[in-house]
Amino acid sequence: MSVIALARWQFAILTVIHFFFVPLTLGMTVFLAILETLYVRTRDETYKKMVQFWSKVFLINFALGVVSGIVQEFQFGMNWSEYSRFMGDIFGAPLAIEALLAFYLESTFIGVWVFGWEKLSPKLHAAMMWLVAIGSNLSALWILIANSFMQEPVGFVLRNGRVEMVDFFALIKNPNVWVQFPHVLSAGMTTAGFVVLGLSAALLLKGRGDEWVLRSFKASAIYGLVGVLLVTWVGHSQAQHMVQQQPMKMAAAEAHWETENPAAYTIFAIADPASRRNAVSIRIPGFLSLLSYDRFSGEVKGINELQATYERKYGPDNYIPPVNFMFYSFHLMVLAGMLMPVLAIYALYLHHKEQVAEKRWFLKWLVWGISLPFIASTTGWLVTEVGRQPWIVLGLQKVQDAVSPAVSVGEAAFSLFALTLVYVLITGVGIYLVLRHLDAGEPSSVGAGY
Amino acid sequence: MDWNTIWFILIAVLFTGFFFLEGFDYGVGILLPWMGKDDQERRFVINTIGPFWDGNEVWMITAGGAMFAAFPHWYATLFSGFYIALVLLLLALIARGVAFEFRSQVDDPRWRKVWDQAIFWGSLLPALLWGVALANILRGVPVDGSMTYVGGFFNLLNPYALLGGVTFVLIFTLHGAHFLALKLADDMAARAETVAAKVWPFAVGALVLFAGATIPVLGDAPNRLAAVVLVILALAALSGSRVFAHRQTWGKAFTSLAVGIALMTVALFVGLFPRVLVSSLDPAYSLTIYSAAASDYTLKTMTIVAGMLVPVVLIYQGWSYWMFRQRIGRKSKLTY
Ligand code: HDD
Ligand code: HEM
Ligand code: HEM
Repeated sequence: MSVIALARWQFAILTVIHFFFVPLTLGMTVFLAILETLYVRTRDETYKKMVQFWSKVFLINFALGVVSGIVQEFQFGMNWSEYSRFMGDIFGAPLAIEALLAFYLESTFIGVWVFGWEKLSPKLHAAMMWLVAIGSNLSALWILIANSFMQEPVGFVLRNGRVEMVDFFALIKNPNVWVQFPHVLSAGMTTAGFVVLGLSAALLLKGRGDEWVLRSFKASAIYGLVGVLLVTWVGHSQAQHMVQQQPMKMAAAEAHWETENPAAYTIFAIADPASRRNAVSIRIPGFLSLLSYDRFSGEVKGINELQATYERKYGPDNYIPPVNFMFYSFHLMVLAGMLMPVLAIYALYLHHKEQVAEKRWFLKWLVWGISLPFIASTTGWLVTEVGRQPWIVLGLQKVQDAVSPAVSVGEAAFSLFALTLVYVLITGVGIYLVLRHLDAGEPSSVGAGY
Repeated sequence: MDWNTIWFILIAVLFTGFFFLEGFDYGVGILLPWMGKDDQERRFVINTIGPFWDGNEVWMITAGGAMFAAFPHWYATLFSGFYIALVLLLLALIARGVAFEFRSQVDDPRWRKVWDQAIFWGSLLPALLWGVALANILRGVPVDGSMTYVGGFFNLLNPYALLGGVTFVLIFTLHGAHFLALKLADDMAARAETVAAKVWPFAVGALVLFAGATIPVLGDAPNRLAAVVLVILALAALSGSRVFAHRQTWGKAFTSLAVGIALMTVALFVGLFPRVLVSSLDPAYSLTIYSAAASDYTLKTMTIVAGMLVPVVLIYQGWSYWMFRQRIGRKSKLTY
């Protein structure tokens, strides 16, 4: 394998794993902060138990997010040094701000929160979790500002053989940020909601129908439902934004080869990239125009026309991302986004009818449902990042020009192997610890020493 | 003063903060096997840094981010060049980070032993590697005209750099012992004091050797003299720490050594200035605060941002240390 292939695998694997933990942190911090606020307001011990039980799941996840995050911070320099030189002027700034503004906040106050149960007044203690929640969500904002530039470059000039920043606020106001950030935040809510819901279901399956479990069940179903409705709603506007800004990415995600007006929506396809069409497809007329523009007409450019346009603009190359991969990734995300509301609504209905414990088959579904937000997040990022190929920075730098010349195949292979192995190991240990915690089924006495 | 110089100073400040804070926190990890005779005692030791270690580590992350923002070529050349060393550093930090969280979750001696090892090696290796890395940056490594590192991993393991690494390990260990003398109670504190007394001569000896070996390395560095003066001051601070320790004024001993660490870090950066990575192939190939820098606009913007945020960070991190100022002893409730 070439250095570039290894570097791509490494980035993909490590970032996907980092992003298993991240959305759970994003959603969980807010969820815990809400629960603890409710505790402070009502002094109802059930809320405290909920905070104590779920915070342990959160902290295990958080540790994994932190250690995999450290690697992220250095990965650009390691394998993508030419990217770092080309983009440093723009990319480094949000990354440094993320650390200054978000990581310090999050890491300092998480320490105070974990160790401060008996040192701080309940109110102040709850405030600490709000600070952690703000910190982690701000960290998402700044890294997405960095990422958005790669999808939609703004506020720069090409000078000295690199992109140079000319307008800092343009980076922040990048329209891509303001669809991506709400989508990621609500994906975080969704993830936390469905993880807590699934684990509550697992507790119920073990016959632990305590009040705090039932209340967690309901709270997480509501939280997850709000999250998933938001994520699909924002996702829709994000897709419309993509049609404008990154038509090739959307066309590939829809396996939409030919420009059409009105454009048909493909619900099933097996693409044949060699002959640049779909070998098999099932299509609904007019529907893609509807999704793209909220009306039954309007031209949606197809892959083939876009390829020709880009060749004229950027010179000969293959500007088509892997279509089948994109199509299935995108539709898996959307499918997950469709299934989750159904699960959450039925869960709430059962809770309302007080029949939760009786429908064991459904509880088992909820346990499996834990995988849905993770599938959606992963496939969502695959669409985002693979759909940009062959560009690393849209229209400005190609992936092949971004890789580090100083790194040898042996070195890249070593790091890919060693880091992946360690990630898999620690993730496994993390899951094992969550399962143990679930088996114990007790809100462990955080603060009273464990 | 131009923006480039300001950012060079700011990065030196971030590294100073990193070595000061994470220095004792690595030191505590390194001392774990000696300070904690049984599981209970090891828990005391770990809990002294429990609320702080992640916040301390962010100093390193911020330093990395700041290098990327202000001197992208430095970030790119250094981390793609020192590749294997960086991977080892990351592996160590991963093991260490999860160890703190995982260790207390299962009450089984074998389980805890695994994570004790992770904490020990995960503290020792980064201390060593940062010393090796900084020594190499100053000594010069093969960097060619296109700012690409062309040496391998073993090129980094020269005697001078290894001496730098050992010096860092010993000084951080001493720093950790001072910290523990302040944070542990009763007999545990006394043990930390003994350890500090034992480590001190080795730490000073290593720094003397390293400083001596650095003089020829400085070669034609523009600020040679200032760097040497700073190192002498650092040695003085280190000696001062022993005097205070002898008088049982551990707060002063800790501060004195902290000043020593800061002076040592500043000395390295002063010796480096205005270069950020010395090329051993040709001085003209060295990366400098100008050739490696981001645009003026970015530097200016980031100065404003950092100027606003760094003081706030200092205030709340200080508050968190104040919050957990109590000593940890047999009667304390433990979290980790
Ligand atoms: C719980 C997770 C989740 C769910 C249910 C959905 N998404 Fe999503 N999606 C993500 C989580 C996510 C993500 C992982 O967070 C991504 C990756 C980049 C981003 O902005 O969000 C993403 C990316 C992403 C993109 C690509 C953006 C880009 O290239 O920059 C589009 C067009 C959509 N989503 C659209 C949707 C639609 C129409 C959904 C409705 C059913 C949907 N998403 C459900
Ligand atoms: C928001 C911060 C992110 C930034 C700055 C970022 C940046 C990058 C960079 C520099 C590459 C390597 C070049 C390339 O192959 O295109 C890449 C590739 C990739 N990233 Fe991201 N990424 C981010 C988030 C994510 C997340 C969260 C995921 C997944 C969960 C992800 C998934 C991938 C994948 C799968 C690739 C490989 C694509 C390929 O090479 O075909 N990225 N990204
Ligand atoms: C590829 C670029 C990325 C880099 C350089 C990066 C860097 C980091 C670092 C250094 C940490 C550890 C902070 C600490 O020690 O406290 C971290 C954790 C975190 N990152 Fe990332 N990250 C990346 C991708 C992302 C993305 C795409 C998001 C969100 C959208 C994100 C959100 C977070 C959050 C919320 C945490 C807190 C800890 C946790 O994950 O549980 N990161 N990241």
